[in-house]
Amino acid sequence: MEHFALWVAAFLTLGIISFLYKDNPWYKVTEAIFVGISAGYWVVVLFWDNFYGKFWVGKDNDSMLYVGGLLGLLMLMRLIPKIGWISRWPLAFIVGATSGLWMMNYFASNIMVQIQGTIVPLFSANFGEGMNAGYSTVIGNLVIFIGTFTGLVYFFFSKEHKGVYGVGARVGIFFLMITFGAAFGYTVMSRMSLLIGRLDFLFGDWLGMIK
Amino acid sequence: MKFILSLFSIIFLFVNISSQDNPESFPFVDSSKITIAPPTSVIAEDFKYDNAEKLSITWIPSIDDQIGDNNKVKGYKIYRITDGGQPELIAEILPGSNNYLDEGLEENIWYSYFVSSISDNFEARSNTTESVTPKREWLNFDLKFLFLIALIISSSVIYYIRHASKGKKLFVRKIAGLEAVDDAIGRATEMGRPILFIPGIHDMDDVQTLAAITILGNVARQIADYDTKIRMPVSRSLVMTAARETIKAAYQTAGRPDAYSDDMVNYITDEQFGYVAAVDGIMVREKPATIFLLGAFFAESLILAETGNSIGAIQIAGTARPAQLPFFIAACDFTLIGEELFAASAYLSGEPKMLGSLKGQDIGKGIAMAAIVVGVLSATFGEIWDVQFLLDIKQYLLQFFTVR
Repeated sequence: MEHFALWVAAFLTLGIISFLYKDNPWYKVTEAIFVGISAGYWVVVLFWDNFYGKFWVGKDNDSMLYVGGLLGLLMLMRLIPKIGWISRWPLAFIVGATSGLWMMNYFASNIMVQIQGTIVPLFSANFGEGMNAGYSTVIGNLVIFIGTFTGLVYFFFSKEHKGVYGVGARVGIFFLMITFGAAFGYTVMSRMSLLIGRLDFLFGDWLGMIK
Repeated sequence: MKFILSLFSIIFLFVNISSQDNPESFPFVDSSKITIAPPTSVIAEDFKYDNAEKLSITWIPSIDDQIGDNNKVKGYKIYRITDGGQPELIAEILPGSNNYLDEGLEENIWYSYFVSSISDNFEARSNTTESVTPKREWLNFDLKFLFLIALIISSSVIYYIRHASKGKKLFVRKIAGLEAVDDAIGRATEMGRPILFIPGIHDMDDVQTLAAITILGNVARQIADYDTKIRMPVSRSLVMTAARETIKAAYQTAGRPDAYSDDMVNYITDEQFGYVAAVDGIMVREKPATIFLLGAFFAESLILAETGNSIGAIQIAGTARPAQLPFFIAACDFTLIGEELFAASAYLSGEPKMLGSLKGQDIGKGIAMAAIVVGVLSATFGEIWDVQFLLDIKQYLLQFFTVR
């Protein structure tokens, strides 16, 4: 049975990798199996974890769960075309509640904490003395200050990017691109480890070429 | 010998009498024990702005609790008495401590505490505190500055919306990625190929998905006008429902409700890479002329963008996830970076009310820029010249922007 599972896993892995060549029947079969099994899996998980695990088991202890249950029931009204419009209510509730909840979170994390973290001295006697004046701290604080300030200039929509303001916005986009470049390299390296993991499975677990 | 015995007797008697002076200390002290003084002024009080579940216990450490290797105090034991019952040891903490936060309590149950200082073989107990119960406050004054900032930004949003409603023109600079939307839809129309709209893989409780659905409304209106096909595979059932409603409304606004079909939006699977495999398949088989990748994306961003690129589609992407933006910038024709994604719906619709909200948000950015410049300059010159006034400004700003 273990051998069979190993062969199935290898067959499906190669099926997905075959997409690198072009769309082909092997990929289509693999894709259909992947989508079908995962959709079925999530139906089961959501039913047992959410409907049964949270609502059905916990409804007696927490009456608020009935509100969630009712909203879920209203969603199902879509199945009856005549009263399908009722399903917009839970949607409106979700969209409104999400916006409200996230608004304060974003105010706190993207405005307050960001500003607080940017208020740093560009130079200080506490950084060190003479040639050892903590140049890394000075440069680091300069990058934080200029990067954040010019980044905000770039995302300011009320003014055209021209003149001095345009220069500021250009510096801001340079900072963004350097950050993205670093993030790109970092993420590519982590994706390489995923590829190595798959190759290790194919050549090690399946073919036994890597001991 | 007689003298030594008398001396020990006197010492023994003295220790015994001392311990009896404090009724809560242990009545008998073995001379081999390392005696220490108990902590004093133990106070238990409600922890402010919690969910009525925490009490704060503070005390003055034992006078024998001294810094250094010879510290006789090895720590403190905290005991809780619930509704006048038996004492229960709830924590043992390090020497030098003078406070403890008791969590997981219940409202309307009364708790009292005592704290013991401990040596290697001795425990000196403090007085027991008054009974207290956790309370719930109506307002959290720790967040007053956050409230103030939210009030200023919200007020400016309302002000600009009213301003725009009166018919006054509001300027918003060009956003390259959004300028390309018209061309991208026109291209698909001319080529007779569909437009693929991917709203990310998160549910409706993510603001990026909300932004994507709002943009979809504007895009769908144009699509309805041009009679172009739209294809929208989604990975969440709620997103499917919201997207169908949005496209349906757009077709009705465009005066073509008959052209709308539920098949324009279809659910694939919640599984991240199952969804990606299916969308990649759709891309290579249906060869859409234009692809929108707007919303919350994760590891699938490059796979989708690269496949779209390989079929020669014009791609407009946008996300607020910094880790995925590099991939979109590398593989897509236009990318909406973070805030631009949220500004897109206002920009595309050109509606005064939405533009007003965009202008209001710019006021928030202006405040942030001003605070950063004032804060950094006062911190820098305050430190260099040691000017207390400037350092006070910096400190005040730091406190203002602190969120507990």
